[in-house]
Amino acid sequence: MKASYIARSSAVASRILDGEMVIMSAVDSTLFSLNEVATVIWQAADGCTPLSEIVSLRICAEFDASPNEARADAEAFVEELARHGILLVSDCPIVGVSANASENA
Amino acid sequence: MSLMQELNHKALRLGVPLSVHLDLTYRCNERCEHCYLDHEDFGEMTTAELKSLLKQLASAGVFFLTMSGGEPLVRQDCFELIEYARALGFNVKLKTNAILIGEREAKRLRALGVEQIQISVYSHRPDVHDGITKVQGSLLRTLNAVRLLRAHDLKVTIANVLMKNNFQDGDGVRTLAQELGAHYSLDPTITPMIDGDRSVLRYGIPASELPGLFHNPNLVGDVESFCAPPPPVDDDVREGLPCSAGHTACYISPYGDLYPCVQFPLLCGNVRRQSFLEIWQSSAQLEEVRSIRGKDLSGCSSCTHLGTCTRCPGLAFMEGNMRGPSIADCEKSFARTGIPSKNLQAKRASSMEPASAQDLIQIQGIAIAPVVGTAAHAEASSVRA
Repeated sequence: MKASYIARSSAVASRILDGEMVIMSAVDSTLFSLNEVATVIWQAADGCTPLSEIVSLRICAEFDASPNEARADAEAFVEELARHGILLVSDCPIVGVSANASENA
Repeated sequence: MSLMQELNHKALRLGVPLSVHLDLTYRCNERCEHCYLDHEDFGEMTTAELKSLLKQLASAGVFFLTMSGGEPLVRQDCFELIEYARALGFNVKLKTNAILIGEREAKRLRALGVEQIQISVYSHRPDVHDGITKVQGSLLRTLNAVRLLRAHDLKVTIANVLMKNNFQDGDGVRTLAQELGAHYSLDPTITPMIDGDRSVLRYGIPASELPGLFHNPNLVGDVESFCAPPPPVDDDVREGLPCSAGHTACYISPYGDLYPCVQFPLLCGNVRRQSFLEIWQSSAQLEEVRSIRGKDLSGCSSCTHLGTCTRCPGLAFMEGNMRGPSIADCEKSFARTGIPSKNLQAKRASSMEPASAQDLIQIQGIAIAPVVGTAAHAEASSVRA
């Protein structure tokens, strides 16, 4: 997978509402609503866990998704959020992510 | 339906308090002549109490948190509380006069990911602004802070309360906001003091000036749309809610008192004596507020303005009946459209004295399109994995 490690940006607000994550970027005030699968990826984006591991251990295991389909969806999702600056993506572990980048509060 | 509207509908359906306005203090370093607060400290919540409250709010699902005052930055722990709130995932908006914001503070607000800072500016003319705040040099300090915040790419909204002494300065403040890269919002609302004292209403904009204000394209945008006659009232409007106060939003004072809204002084409980959720879920007062629909409003239910009136339940409450009209808003609808509301007609026909000019101008803030902005505040994007 191209994106190895992902971390939540500290410049966002997030809250779980009825099982789905709501995120607002402080940079451009854009609002996002994540479905259940995307919410799992968001919560697991701690900067230390490889995306491939998130997909195999969380998505495929919990949502009965095929590895190829799950990986493609996850990459598209990560790319979209990274474009808005609310997910950080790196090919090595991301350290020093601000404490206010909470997974859901 | 935008994502923001979807979010509001979902919160309403689930009974989630999506937005909370929290005043950290009523103390202030300005003495604005029209302010509805006193500026004493009668026992504000401590840092520990506020942190406990913030945790409760996060657990209850609160997403949008407005931290205000008084002047919130006079609290030594203000940044500590903002940092704590951000760590809990809140979207934080700070309302301040900004005169305590220097380079260090601006940098920290940026680092903390505060979404928006709303700053009161009364005039582009120092003598007028400082005359209202009663603090010499306050405009200069406020504008310096705006520049610093903008230099750190923070979103700033300049809130322009228009009243008797500055209603001619709306264009000037709007231009100033544009020059500074800030959003501009116009608010012609003067509310009675929180203790019920109505003497501050004398500072309000003269009622005779309202039509001119509402027909100024620089201030309201599309005048034709803003001042259009109301469309026919349908069942959706009659079954609709007056506003979000008590439904998906509430206000908490520095002493822990919980109200439906900062402009709706109906005490519903105190978070020092009960948990937030207990008040939110079981307050009899909130239940009463939530029971009110458009069709229940005295006079308003059959008024042509029902669907477009900015009737504020809090102002109606302060005028004597939360199920009644806010005559101030009746006057606003009239000034906007030239069509008198049902309650205004009744009031005039009853040969009672019409509401005084002071009463007539205590009207809800009106939504003004931002002058500058990279994205609409409620712009919605949806990402589905």
